[in-house]
Amino acid sequence: MKTDKLVENAAGRLVPEIINGEHHVPYKGVNKHRPSGRKAAPPIPTCIDYPWDGDKRVASIKEALKKAGLRDGMTISTHHHLRNGDYVANMVFDAAAELGVKDLRWFPSASFPIHANQIKHLESGVIHHIEGSMNGPLGDYCSRGKMRGTAILRSHGGRWQAIQDGEVHIDIAVIAAPTADPFGNANAVRGKAACGLLGFAEADAMYADKVIVVTDNLEPFPVIPWQIHGNYVDYVVEVESIGDPSKIVSGTTVLTRSPDRLKIAEMAAQFILEAGIMRDGFSFQAGAGGTSLAFAVFVRDLMKKHGIKARFVRGGSTKYLVEMLEEGLTDYILDGQTFDLEGVRSMRENPRHQNTNPFTSYNFHGKGNFASLVDVVVLGATEVDVNFNANVVTHSDGRLLHGIGGWQNCLYSKTVILPIPLFRDRIPVIVDEVTTLVGPGELIDVIVTERGIAINPRRTDLIEKLSGSRLPIRSIQELKEEAERICGGKPQKPKLGDKVVAAIKWVDGTVIDVVRQVLD
Amino acid sequence: MAQIIFEAGNRGEKVRSDCWIGLEPRTSGGLQIELTSKVEKLYGESIRQLVREMMDFFGIANARIQVEDFGAVSFVLMARIESAVRKAGLDGGKRYLPEYVEEVPPPVRDRFRRSRLYLPGDQPKLMLNAAIHEPDGLILDLEDSVAPTKKDDARILVRNALRALEFRGSERMVRINQLPLGLTDLEEVVPHKVDVLLLPKIESPEQIHQIEAKVDEILSGLDEPRELFFMPIIESALGVINAYAIASASPRNVALAIGLEDYTADIGAQRTNEGRESFYARSAIVNAARAAGIQPIDTVFSDVQDMDGLRASVLEAKSLGFDGKGCIHPRQIRPIHEAFAPTPEEIEKAKRIVLAFEEAEKKGLGVVSLGSKMIDPPVVKRAIRTIDLAVKSHLLDENWRENHENG
Repeated sequence: MKTDKLVENAAGRLVPEIINGEHHVPYKGVNKHRPSGRKAAPPIPTCIDYPWDGDKRVASIKEALKKAGLRDGMTISTHHHLRNGDYVANMVFDAAAELGVKDLRWFPSASFPIHANQIKHLESGVIHHIEGSMNGPLGDYCSRGKMRGTAILRSHGGRWQAIQDGEVHIDIAVIAAPTADPFGNANAVRGKAACGLLGFAEADAMYADKVIVVTDNLEPFPVIPWQIHGNYVDYVVEVESIGDPSKIVSGTTVLTRSPDRLKIAEMAAQFILEAGIMRDGFSFQAGAGGTSLAFAVFVRDLMKKHGIKARFVRGGSTKYLVEMLEEGLTDYILDGQTFDLEGVRSMRENPRHQNTNPFTSYNFHGKGNFASLVDVVVLGATEVDVNFNANVVTHSDGRLLHGIGGWQNCLYSKTVILPIPLFRDRIPVIVDEVTTLVGPGELIDVIVTERGIAINPRRTDLIEKLSGSRLPIRSIQELKEEAERICGGKPQKPKLGDKVVAAIKWVDGTVIDVVRQVLD
Repeated sequence: MAQIIFEAGNRGEKVRSDCWIGLEPRTSGGLQIELTSKVEKLYGESIRQLVREMMDFFGIANARIQVEDFGAVSFVLMARIESAVRKAGLDGGKRYLPEYVEEVPPPVRDRFRRSRLYLPGDQPKLMLNAAIHEPDGLILDLEDSVAPTKKDDARILVRNALRALEFRGSERMVRINQLPLGLTDLEEVVPHKVDVLLLPKIESPEQIHQIEAKVDEILSGLDEPRELFFMPIIESALGVINAYAIASASPRNVALAIGLEDYTADIGAQRTNEGRESFYARSAIVNAARAAGIQPIDTVFSDVQDMDGLRASVLEAKSLGFDGKGCIHPRQIRPIHEAFAPTPEEIEKAKRIVLAFEEAEKKGLGVVSLGSKMIDPPVVKRAIRTIDLAVKSHLLDENWRENHENG
């Protein structure tokens, strides 16, 4: 791709309109883009073509891919509910390589370090490029400009939107299923690799031309609950193991011991109490990162102390959220993924622990967006700038190392809090301008650092509520200057190449920013 | 011919906020700087610039300097480079000092010393954010937390930290080594605005006198005169026997602390949570300190996971008469402050005493009485302190008198 094709989007970032030969719309601003047309749909199947006894099993992944008509240039999707324990995505491309196909587009909901296996398929030409979040080695590979095509990173909701809107057509979806029956009904609440739910794969099941379910725990029909229904499924493959359970969910989730992180989490919890956000019937979302987890625990303690109950809590769930549910501190957990075995157990046993998918939670092109019903969400960031814009995908040196996840979608919560350290080692986290724009500052309300809390000037209501607080409320400019002072002055601007290695999508499918090649 | 490399600092996978320096002096060829850094892209140039400036400062024209950086901030890099230069014997007695980053007020004799947080003197990572957890005192430790081979590195790092680390109002403390190594520590740190020196394993007043003489000598050589206080730590049976003589050995003494780890070993007992084996020693320390008019300070609580145990331990220390407790993790600070905070009953009583005292003063009465009871001056003093502590602990409004009078 040539740089002279870049245009300036509404955020002032230079972005391409053509990526991997396909047209994309530059970002127009928050809530400015309106979609048109009709949703995509897969071809109409007929049951005449499927076994009347409902047994859709085939011998191997390779066989299934062959039957599904795999050929050069196709798009294959996989999902990250098995996280860093996933074997399936690697098996799929190993099989594709054996079949001798080339130039595939891999469309994972996210990739993890275990998927470094795909680097050899990128090198050999089996995979042309990746569209999906890349954590670790693949991000590094992509950052160095080694991938032939341009990566496209989307949020969880943005991935659903792209599939639904026909922006990404999936030829073959491969769904790793901890439990399945021969008809293709599948769930994730049982089996060696139980991970709770399969929400990330639901869009693929509905919209892909062909769907392959891969399981290591085959039960007779019917598998209940059918989180993925067999009527979407073409082939079922039984394998020895779909993943390493120890890397899928943790046995126990351990709270951070970092005094700074604990302090940040505690300040964030205190903030939502003093801001009046924490009140009877409220809702919140916190992930499983060290600080977020600690936040949930401090919130729980404050709720108990002040006799407050929540209506619902959004997962990723952990034993801490499960305890809240079981103690009656919240009526529901609406869960996107489970992070530990307690989360899986609760998902299996408790009807008030509801599984969700990116359609119900996050899809921007839907009839409402329940991310916007959540009172408060706490999220991480690698960088935040003085205009409250935030970055979650690259580091300050420009390297692409993380995915977007549900992060962008959650920015629609009523109050968005980023509890982050002011600096990491010698790297300032609050900067003049984010390296990569992933979240527009107008949706980000509060930055909580160990050395002070900055409230977005747009949130005059919060500023007023906190005016008498003992919490250290400061301007973001002050915090930035303090970060620079501790780190020893303004950092140099890293020299990046001209080559665009990845495009970052906003929740409505427009291109908000790009990632450029890192030079060694 | 193989060159000698003079090393300073730390390296390895788990090292953060620190760096390793390998200095190889040469006779020709200029300066050869080899930098690897996790912040190369952000601060690589400024690190190289610092190395050049320091080589220039020490008059080193030819050397190979390896810098393995793990995100060290400037004052840490400076300390490590200077340390390598000194090991190579090329410092010429000069010191490369960072600027002070904050206004440093003079030390205050009479202040709260409820919590004191130990920071290992050779681990910069733990220093950078220590002050935000608001301990009453921050101790840069040169003694037990520093390995014998790291003493020289730590001394320079601690000196730089005294200038370039924010204390944000926490008392600036350094624990020196036992003599004679402690004398070397004094020369390095005393000129850099230390508030309190913690003196380990003190057994006799003579040891205090020896340190005092050295401190007086160093302080008298400074351009700006400055006060400096001592907190001797008693860690042996003999020390306990000599507690009063030690507590009253110097006008610089402001507090007397007990270190139970070594003490229990010295008396041949196991250290237990109940602490029966140290009851005598702790009471003796409280009594000696009070007799000498200084603060008795309890030992550290070493199980950082056991918050309930910590609270119980602080409440017990308070009941024995101690004014403070040592800690080794920032999360211990708040429970310590909460446990030392006065109870509502104590606050109410103190308010009545203070008001009665002020009333008596207004009326010019020599004797303060509350109801039918006479109140002695030490009780009034104690009540004022309780009120101060209540305000500091956010349990009482600064303007409590107004509210009290308004009903």
